[in-house]
Amino acid sequence: MRTEETGSGPTRAPSQPEERRPGFRERAELASQRVPFRIKLAVVWVGIFTVLGVLFALAQFDTTWLADHFSFIALGLPWTILIAALAIILAVILALLGALGRLSKNPIAFGVAGFYTSFFRGTPLIVQLFLIFLALPEIAPEGWGWLGDRLTLSVLQTGVIGLGLNYGAYMTEIFRAGIQSVGHGQREAAEALGMTYPQVMRRVVLPQALRVIIPPTGNEFIAMLKDSALVSLLGSVAGQMEVFRRAQLVGRADFRPLEAFLVAAAIYWALTTIFQYFQSRLERRLSRGYVRAAVQRKTKWVPASASGSAGSGAMQVEVGVEDDEATPGPMENGH
Amino acid sequence: MAEVTNSEPVLRIENLHKSFGHLEVLRGIDMEIRKGEVVVIFGRSGSGKSTLLRCINFLEEPTEGTIELAGIRIGGGHRTKHKRDEIRQLRIHAGMVFQQFNLFPHMTALQNVMEGPVIVKGIPEETARASAMELLAKTGLADKAEEHPIRLSGGQQQRVAIARALAMEPDVMLFDEPTSALDPELIGEVLQVMKALATELHMTMMVVTHEMGFAREVANRMAFFHEGMILEEGTPSEMFTNTKFPETRKFLDAVL
Repeated sequence: MRTEETGSGPTRAPSQPEERRPGFRERAELASQRVPFRIKLAVVWVGIFTVLGVLFALAQFDTTWLADHFSFIALGLPWTILIAALAIILAVILALLGALGRLSKNPIAFGVAGFYTSFFRGTPLIVQLFLIFLALPEIAPEGWGWLGDRLTLSVLQTGVIGLGLNYGAYMTEIFRAGIQSVGHGQREAAEALGMTYPQVMRRVVLPQALRVIIPPTGNEFIAMLKDSALVSLLGSVAGQMEVFRRAQLVGRADFRPLEAFLVAAAIYWALTTIFQYFQSRLERRLSRGYVRAAVQRKTKWVPASASGSAGSGAMQVEVGVEDDEATPGPMENGH
Repeated sequence: MAEVTNSEPVLRIENLHKSFGHLEVLRGIDMEIRKGEVVVIFGRSGSGKSTLLRCINFLEEPTEGTIELAGIRIGGGHRTKHKRDEIRQLRIHAGMVFQQFNLFPHMTALQNVMEGPVIVKGIPEETARASAMELLAKTGLADKAEEHPIRLSGGQQQRVAIARALAMEPDVMLFDEPTSALDPELIGEVLQVMKALATELHMTMMVVTHEMGFAREVANRMAFFHEGMILEEGTPSEMFTNTKFPETRKFLDAVL
């Protein structure tokens, strides 16, 4: 059979010019390939919102109620942002101390930092908030009323402290990884100059670690904006309510849970989207500073092969980025 | 260069031992480095050369023995708060140049050189800037003062690193294989700066290197390291012409 086929092959080949008509499906596929991905994506999003809109219409979504109460819920935004902003500051401080503790040879620092991260990562955030809000004043012994009063915190204070403690424990790992990403030679060079430990950290290690630390810290802040909604479960003080608390209040009062919580969800979504945008710009800026330097260096005088042997860890990272930007490099340099 | 052998000792190393776990890397080193002397330390990798330099400024803790530099005398063993302070004082008198340069990448060349004097010695920034510029000029890098290390070649980076160590006005400079990480065509410029240091500034130097041309030209003394001990030492002419041990001869034949 095989010999027969190969033998007759050359004679049969020219007798197959028959044009195959593509079917509908195939033509549709080809047409689809001419449409840019972005356009298709937009269509998908429009589709999703159409379906949601239809569902809301069927559920008799009350748009007039929405218009009346939107601003009431949105007025919680400053509080939401305030809680998250204060808490992230506290978390950064705690994460720095925690990371230095975890990297320390001092048993007290190491042990306390270990307890801190283990407890606050090992228990639910909502439990921690209730512990701080309701249980903390109880630790004051009989007759120490002033201490109990001191430990009785407002909702706002509890939110900031609770979120800060919890996120600080998670961010300890981010800070630790950032500090460890700085090459050992950097620390040795600083020590060889006679620097003290705080000087080594402040002048040499932390400035370099920040490159690694800042982007994930931004992500933690965005996550914290959302988790600040948990604070609403502690109760409320008039005039200090964040977004979700306000949504609960009006939603329950008017029996409009769908509208109220959707508004709250939309507000959180918008907020995180905006911060995500700034976050990605920040990340791009942080990497660009290194890229530009690397590109200019490459075109200036160093053969590409030399860059690999250039030394410290930080440089190797940049060499990697340099390759991605290799094409725009010469253009930038041209003018 | 014979006159330096009569000058006062700057650095004294006594009975220095260093073990990493069960591995004994230094097995009793005794050395005296005199003011203005250039000592080249050579030997196979793993023979303890780098560890010796790193023990001198306590980047490694000696297991046993003492280091005496600029009147500061520190023994091996555990660190206390007091000992850590002394180590910092000693380090100010010992400039170190690393194989991998270890410049601070987030600072310009000038900032790298100013960092020690300003932060450690508390010298006013303007004074430090002026002397840093002077040092960069001496190492041929005046026009690179505002560049970050990433934009400098390996040879230029190492010259900045030398300037950074010099800025502390040390009593001794420790060079830990300063040219080993460099491309061959960049080695010369670094050796040239080191040679100028020795001949013009009469800097006291301990150099771990395989650059035997540099040793022959600049060193007052050469010490051959073998299995954690100084097997033999002498002037370059002694070492190159009549070595006492076959190990030294073998090593020299291999690198020359």
